[in-house]
Amino acid sequence: MILNNLEVENPVLSIKDLSVAYDKNAKNAVNAVSAEVKRNAITAIMGPSGCGKSTLLRAINRMHDLYPAIVTEGNIFLNGENINKISTIELRRKIGMVFQRPNPFPTMSIYDNVIAGYKLNGIRLKKEKRDHIVEESLKDVVLWDEVKDSLYKKGTFLSGGQQQRLCIARALAFQPDVILLDEPTSALDPVATSKVEDLLVKLKKKYSIVLVTHNMTQAARISDNSMFMYLGDLVEYGKTKSMFTTPQDQRTEEYLTGKFG
Amino acid sequence: MNLNVIANPTGNIKSRIRKDKIYLGIIIVLSLITISPIILIISKLIIKGIRQINLSFFTETAPDTLEAMTALSNNEIIPGGILNGITGTIFMVLMASLMAIPVGILIGIFLYEKGEKRYANIIRDISDIMQGIPSIVLGLIAYLWIVKNITNGFSALAGSVSLAIMMLPLIIRSTEETLKMIPQTIKEAGFALGAPYHKIILKVLIPSSLSGLITGILLAISRILGETAPLMLTALGSPVVNFYADKPTSAVPLLIWEFYNDPNMVDLIWSSSLFLMGFVLTLNIISKRIAAKRK
Repeated sequence: MILNNLEVENPVLSIKDLSVAYDKNAKNAVNAVSAEVKRNAITAIMGPSGCGKSTLLRAINRMHDLYPAIVTEGNIFLNGENINKISTIELRRKIGMVFQRPNPFPTMSIYDNVIAGYKLNGIRLKKEKRDHIVEESLKDVVLWDEVKDSLYKKGTFLSGGQQQRLCIARALAFQPDVILLDEPTSALDPVATSKVEDLLVKLKKKYSIVLVTHNMTQAARISDNSMFMYLGDLVEYGKTKSMFTTPQDQRTEEYLTGKFG
Repeated sequence: MNLNVIANPTGNIKSRIRKDKIYLGIIIVLSLITISPIILIISKLIIKGIRQINLSFFTETAPDTLEAMTALSNNEIIPGGILNGITGTIFMVLMASLMAIPVGILIGIFLYEKGEKRYANIIRDISDIMQGIPSIVLGLIAYLWIVKNITNGFSALAGSVSLAIMMLPLIIRSTEETLKMIPQTIKEAGFALGAPYHKIILKVLIPSSLSGLITGILLAISRILGETAPLMLTALGSPVVNFYADKPTSAVPLLIWEFYNDPNMVDLIWSSSLFLMGFVLTLNIISKRIAAKRK
């Protein structure tokens, strides 16, 4: 039974009975998860390694479609529209993704990395429009002042934290509705981590954010709502504050108090 | 447990250092033995060939027997050069590259993408077998296909087809291996931006692996530069500079073979070999440099 004490009005995403298995004989990595994600808020997905949190996240922008063996069941609705009815190309423009390790395109400059979404989709823009998008996206991730003099250098010359913010800027350039982040700070040092966290809190005014993390304190610091997953099940979903103070499920409590995980 | 070792660590360390030195000595000697053939070959080629290498060596075509005989009897340097061979080699290698590189890279991408599929495995096996086909057999095949049926005579086209077949498996494998070295996350980043598949290949995968692809191409070219056997059955050789695909054409290795068969032109063997060796070595060094840069 899922403890879902969250009433979400006009959710940006609603997940209905989603199950994902890595091949048709394997156990479900995500097991009949249903949840609604609040608009303009940070929703954290927590849980120990192998609990299915990344798998759930990658189902939201249909990254699993890249691997034919993976079986996905159930539905996800983005603003009420079934994502299986939208082409992956269009869907992924509306749902941006940031990965665990910073992965700027190694052959592209900082400028080209930000605008990569347009370039790779063959969308031609006037130079002023492009410059505007690049500047706005880099300002959104508080990277503009650091890189404005080296926009045409390779993105890979930046530090890890800067690279990760560049990847967030790349995801923002399309003005998506939702940004998915898969443990975005696990490869970063504490200073870079706190910068990314501040940034996410700032970004939720414009975007809806879903954040996978195995760092409980991070979830407590920045998220509005939290999901706790365990062995593929969504165990508990609620307001972060109440979940951290009065967890309803024993497994949540044990995880939050460090008994396992 | 040997308590002595703990009680007297220095004695043990001394014998370890001695063993270490003996081992190092053996490795140095074996390495010298390994590299000695190439040093001997290059030094021999330079000593015997450098005398012939001058401007006319690169700007004139190969001499005929009479010219060489006259020069020899007057104790002069043999006149003429290997221009027809150099141009022929470049012409045929260029044509072979135009045929093999696009096809090879496309097949390489296919194998990388569909690596586990049965069909891809068959293609990979066939390409491995192709690498083992004796080059003279490829010459025979090109003779049957092109010389007999298309150009109705020995031709540069036939030569470059046989060379292209030799290049193909090398480029297929190097493309696949290079692409495999790109982290999966880079590809996923492209997909996460909603990019269509062909754009990811063209704008992300190929640029990211460009230096690896170039290295593979250069190595394949240096591999076919010295091929003689298939050219004897296809391009045949020509005393003049030729840029027609349907005419017989010379090549540096073919010239070496011709010089070998003419007692008056023995001196030219060494200079031509020196040239060929230098060319191949340069390509190898360039590709090694490019490969080192990407690390």
